[in-house]
This record gives sequence, C-alpha cells and structure tokens, in this order.
Amino acid sequence: MSNKENELSRRVILQGVGAVALVGLCSLSFGNLPFGVTPALAANDKYPEEAFKAKNEADAIKSLYGKTAVASDKIKLDAPEIAENGAVVPVSVSTTLADVTSISFLVAENPVALIASYKIPAGTVPAIANRIKMAKTSNVIVLVEAGGKLYSAAKEAKVTVGGCGG
Amino acid sequence: MASTIRERATNNGDITEVQALIQHPMDSGFVKDAKGEIIAAHFIQQLTFEYDGKAVFVADWGGGVSKDPYVKFAFKGGKKGDELKVSWSDNKGATDSTTAKIG
Repeated sequence: MSNKENELSRRVILQGVGAVALVGLCSLSFGNLPFGVTPALAANDKYPEEAFKAKNEADAIKSLYGKTAVASDKIKLDAPEIAENGAVVPVSVSTTLADVTSISFLVAENPVALIASYKIPAGTVPAIANRIKMAKTSNVIVLVEAGGKLYSAAKEAKVTVGGCGG
Repeated sequence: MASTIRERATNNGDITEVQALIQHPMDSGFVKDAKGEIIAAHFIQQLTFEYDGKAVFVADWGGGVSKDPYVKFAFKGGKKGDELKVSWSDNKGATDSTTAKIG
C-alpha cells in the first residue's frame, strides 16, 4: 500500500468518525425536545445549565419548565420584608398543593435570576428552607410544579446592603 | 480533610427532618475582589440526599445560593439508626459526601 492510499483510507475513517459524532449530537438535541414539553422527573436529573445562565426570570422559567406559571394562594412563601444583609437572606416555602415534583427559587433583580431548583420525589414533604443572595431590593419568586402544572408565589424583600457588590 | 458537610437528620414518627450545612465559598462569578478583579465562579451545582438507595431530595444550585449553604427539608419514612447519605458536586468538579445516622 502506498503512502497516498494510506492517507486516503485514514481520511475516510476520520470522516466516518465525524459523521457518527454529528449523529450523536443531533439525536441529543432532538431528544431533549419532548422532555421540554412534558418534563419528567427522570429527564430533570441533569443539572439545568441553561436555566442557570438566564438573565431574567421569564427565560429561566421557560428553560427550566417550558411553561408559564399561575399564581397560587396555596403556596406559603416566607422571606424577610427587610433583608439587612443581601448576602444571606433566609427564605422558606411550603405548599398544600398535591403531587409536588419540583420547587424553584428565583430573584428577579439578580444578575442570574434562578437561585435554586429542588426535585421533590414522591414521599418528600413539599417544604424547603434555604439561604439566598440578593443583589438589591427585588421580588423573590417561588415556583411549584405540582400535578404537571406550574404555580408561583412572590414576595418583595427590601435589601439595605446588596449581596453581590464588590 | 474534615468533611465540608454537617448533616442532622431527626425522625419524629412519620417524617424525618433533615438539615445540612456545607462549607463552600459559593462564588457567583459577579463579585470583584479588593483589587477589582472578578472572583471566578465557584459554586455547588448539585446536592443529593439518598435514603435506602433512593434519592429523597435533589438540589440544583446556582451562584445565588449564599456562602456556606444551608438547606432544610423533610421526607416521609426513615428509621432511627438508618443512614442518610448526602453528596455534592461543584462547577469545578470537586465533590464531597458524608453519611449521617438518623436520630
């Protein structure tokens, strides 16, 4: 076999590898589509990288759940009216909604709106307490996914010292 | 190295209440240091609690969670003396895990 032939067959092989890689990528990106429409718990196991890059809450909600939220009075959101230190704002939520599968916290005015997203498997109580950062006075938004629908509640917390300043 | 995780799980009959406190800088990537240089993002992305081989709670976190994060939740079941495993991984690939006995 001459060198030229050798080179040729190597190229063919490389092209083949490239094609396989492309197919892999395509099936991945298309594979995500149906899950975006009806998010299942299993499909949500992956870290939602894109949702944590979204600058505003609408984009984050769309990326995370692919649907819009309806305000609900069955969600109890506890956040301080005045947060003296924006770096540590205690926020907790509980809900009487049934079949809760996920709970997420967002701060509208933060550089990245999405703070945390929690998966709630069957048998876990839909109540969470955590501590979040707030750059400035803003609405704290909590999303509750229950029975395949998305609900929300919001409360404004005034911040006297921002948690994202330098 | 000592564990970065402090975990307490208490069973009170029907439910087990879990509290966890983790040592982590949780740098968002938006804050500048004293020299005016951006401190690179460094935060926990995923925190998982497992009981009896099943995930009972999974947290996906961004840089907006406070430094040395704290979280509290509860799940139905869990027996005194049983083990509850907790593990985290951050955006730089670091991980840690620990197991607490339900009290």
